[in-house]
Amino acid sequence: MNYLVIIIGAILVNNIVLMQFLGICPFLGVSKRLSTAIGMTGAVAFVMVLATIVTYLIQTFILDAFGLAYLQTIAFILVIASLVQLVEIILKKVSPALYQALGIFLPLITTNCAILGVAILTIQKEFNLVEGVIFAVANAIGFGLALLLFAGIREHLDLQDVPKGLKGTPIALISAGILAMAFMGFSGLV
Amino acid sequence: MNQWKNFSKGFIKENPVFVLLLGMCPTLGVTSSAINGLGMGLATTFVLLMSNIVVSLIKSLIPDKVRIPSFIVIIASFVTVVQLVMQAYLPSLYQSLGLFIPLIVVNCIVLGRAEAFASKNNLLTSAVDGLGIGLGFTFALVLLGGIREFLGSGKLFDFTIYSENYVTLLFVLAPGAFIVLGYLIAIINRIKKD
Repeated sequence: MNYLVIIIGAILVNNIVLMQFLGICPFLGVSKRLSTAIGMTGAVAFVMVLATIVTYLIQTFILDAFGLAYLQTIAFILVIASLVQLVEIILKKVSPALYQALGIFLPLITTNCAILGVAILTIQKEFNLVEGVIFAVANAIGFGLALLLFAGIREHLDLQDVPKGLKGTPIALISAGILAMAFMGFSGLV
Repeated sequence: MNQWKNFSKGFIKENPVFVLLLGMCPTLGVTSSAINGLGMGLATTFVLLMSNIVVSLIKSLIPDKVRIPSFIVIIASFVTVVQLVMQAYLPSLYQSLGLFIPLIVVNCIVLGRAEAFASKNNLLTSAVDGLGIGLGFTFALVLLGGIREFLGSGKLFDFTIYSENYVTLLFVLAPGAFIVLGYLIAIINRIKKD
């Protein structure tokens, strides 16, 4: 039951992109084509779950154990940055096909605030490791849902007759606002 | 380079939010009121200024291959300073900005200026650049926060302007952030063209 609340809360009610404004850069940057959106979602999901597990272990066994909680920001960003590098190297060796699909998105992920955000939120909400992993997976799904919906909308926007002043970023932001409005319908669900 | 030009470019011509579209997460996330926007903007300005100064001072000591991780460590240290100071002296602002304070680390503006500007220029130019871009970011956040606060709660910097019975609550909620920013960018584009 508790897990269900976490999952629905993270995917629909507090959607990480549309309600919490994390990961807006990839949301606006790679949402022009559906295919790139799918690749980005895969890469984010992969790193988000891995980063949450690693940062959780570091927080519990190193930072908390030695009273170094104030080093959280520095420790987490360094871990995430090196993790991304590591994932890139391992993927290149182990699964060239997956590397081909996700490769170009991996370097962008270090500065994706959704990853660091979810890692810090997991600590702030005092989840245990299982809840943390479920929370990360649900947030990755929520990120993918928002990104794919938005990519679909933008592919259609290309064909529409948008007023000249609103072309490009302005109309994309306004459509994102309307999408966020739709997600507000889920509030109160949990 | 003309220092005044270097300083003032951050406001309209190279405004990080309206023109370069960087740092969108805090821009949208914390601007439910003008005061929150101001707090976030000034915190980011401090980090930007200090990291630009330090990067420009030690740029010749950092090997080229590890420069990005080194920049991130420098930035993260100053973010931690801001975090601890704000927690101690401005606890209510710290509460309302919440998660977005540690997330200054991954704000592309800060790393972008360190990499593109401070690692190539001298101390004074880098400091002026950091201050200019930071205040331009603050300007954008206060403008966006002010408009949303005015439309969504009938206030400006916490002073009541008109009755709460006539407000459009939507503007202080999540969708309002996207919509107001969309129209602001359209207006700025128009101003820049003329």
